[in-house]
Amino acid sequence: MVEHRRWNDILAYAILTFGVFIVVFPVYVALIASTHDAATVVNGNMPMLPGSHTLENYYRAIFVGGSRASREPVGHMLMNSFVMAMGIALGKIVISILSAYAVVYFRFPFRQTAFWIIFVTLMLPVEVRIYPTYKVIADLKMLDTYAGLILPLIASATGTLLFRQFFMTIPDELLEASRIDGAGPFRFFKDTLLPLSVTTMAALFVIQFIYGWNQYLWPLLITTQESMQTIVTGIKKMLTTTDELAEWQLAMATAILAMVPPVAVVVFMQRRFVRGLVETEK
Amino acid sequence: MANVSLRNVRKTYPGGFEAIKGIEFEIGDGQFCVLVGPSGCGKSTLLRMVAGLETVTSGEVDIGGRVVNEIEPADRDIAMVFQNYALYPHMSVYNNMAYGLRNRGMPKPEIDTRVREAAQTLELAGMLDRKPRQLSGGQRQRVAMGRAIVRQPKVFLFDEPLSNLDAKLRVAMRVEIRKLQRRLKTTSIYVTHDQLEAMTLADILVVMNGGQVEQIGSPLDIYRKPATTFVASFIGAPPMNLIKLGGNEIRAQFAGDSRSAAEAGILGVRPEDLTISGAAATDGGITLNLTVEAIERVGAETFVYGTRARAEKAVSATPGELPEGEVIVRIPGQDAPAIGASIRATASRDKLHLFSANGRNRIDI
Repeated sequence: MVEHRRWNDILAYAILTFGVFIVVFPVYVALIASTHDAATVVNGNMPMLPGSHTLENYYRAIFVGGSRASREPVGHMLMNSFVMAMGIALGKIVISILSAYAVVYFRFPFRQTAFWIIFVTLMLPVEVRIYPTYKVIADLKMLDTYAGLILPLIASATGTLLFRQFFMTIPDELLEASRIDGAGPFRFFKDTLLPLSVTTMAALFVIQFIYGWNQYLWPLLITTQESMQTIVTGIKKMLTTTDELAEWQLAMATAILAMVPPVAVVVFMQRRFVRGLVETEK
Repeated sequence: MANVSLRNVRKTYPGGFEAIKGIEFEIGDGQFCVLVGPSGCGKSTLLRMVAGLETVTSGEVDIGGRVVNEIEPADRDIAMVFQNYALYPHMSVYNNMAYGLRNRGMPKPEIDTRVREAAQTLELAGMLDRKPRQLSGGQRQRVAMGRAIVRQPKVFLFDEPLSNLDAKLRVAMRVEIRKLQRRLKTTSIYVTHDQLEAMTLADILVVMNGGQVEQIGSPLDIYRKPATTFVASFIGAPPMNLIKLGGNEIRAQFAGDSRSAAEAGILGVRPEDLTISGAAATDGGITLNLTVEAIERVGAETFVYGTRARAEKAVSATPGELPEGEVIVRIPGQDAPAIGASIRATASRDKLHLFSANGRNRIDI
């Protein structure tokens, strides 16, 4: 039994507030830093209030790029990141819903084996299989292409598992009713499974979009041209300068910009996600 | 419009379990056939084999003169109503009914006519735009019926369609289903474990047990002349009293008929055929001396549970088994003897049923 005690509440809120502070403060500093000029940021005394260079910094970050090093403007990197994240999220949804459909609804030889092989890939993230994957992508001449960025990250055991679990909660009678209603495997998938899976797809999209957006190692490895860089690798490159000061205010503006799309996806999809949860009834 | 014939139909699951052990019967055009039996007796499996949702291991399923063993469910010209309704949760009531027609490529105006007609019949006209979750259990049930009706199939298949409804609605829907079927004159197969549904709906009643048919016939014939003790105890509520014949005092009643006397092992008498009286039975009937153990008053009638004073035990046959030695007497009205009282229950000779000792054969008196 949980009793409501005043001091318990206060303690709980204190701990939570402290936690939120720890998480939010660096973001706040980044936001503030992106509004000052370079001199203010590097002099060591970071002001805690916004400065007057906001528009200038963001304009330069998005459209111009760094002044000293020749660097792509962030606008292009955002585009690259967006294409990669969307490609990964949508690709994963398509691949995993299809494979889950096969594993749950079709009887074919080695079905269980197929399922377990998919399951085992859970234990092999990109970082572990990065060398062979690089070799494959290089041999397919996909270095510095969107396909090269997206394809190796699409195969997803998590998505397959998620859809499999969901499909298994759908009563068999629905499939049987469809069969009697003259719906073949494709119609059943299109008319019944897909509409029922919208919520699951939304959830998976949120997770996978952020997963794709935050990829660092893989894009770093296979992109050599500036024009194919993603924003996450771009930020890092802004900070490794050899004989000049890093343009911290631009880097911070870039970091803030890099946060916007995933946050937008979460906020937008969450609404749809919750609505889906409320509406769906099994 | 079609008759349905089952010819030596068997179903063996890959594990070796034999669910259906050779079933053979025919349902005439427009008849309402009810499959009844305890859970696990294979009645649902049999229905699903007719639907095409289960494969037939051997034998033939024939719908309207065409053997359909290898034909897909959609092409068998049947419609099925499921226990949990199996409505498409994301489709409106209208689309739930129209879906099967659309898949068959029926022209839109005709779909519309059929759906609206069915909605009228089932009093769903105002709800066509709603989703299944916005409907009550009874309404969902009607949508499931509507989905079957719009197809105008040769055969309706019902898989315990009323068991998810509350008792009152169940009775109302039962009557509605019967009226609807009479009007549409569509051959129907209906699976239930509820003997009351079975009795009231059926033209032909098929009592099943352990993957086999125990008895086929009109409900009243089965009630009047159950072929086995299983049927005797399954059809009728409360179940028939079954008394193992041990001593000679009851057997002596049938001394005139040597065959029954020699073979009979079990005596059956329905609770409603027993009367409480002061005098012993005279016309060759039986008299049971009982001590009243319990009384159940349900208003219009009263069930008296008594134990016999003599040592003979009543045999029990699942389901609806009687505790050993217990006899139920069903009397009209609310006047009942006191608990602990000694009463005498009698039944005339023509109300008695005799079965062989293993309960598998009926012996006509």
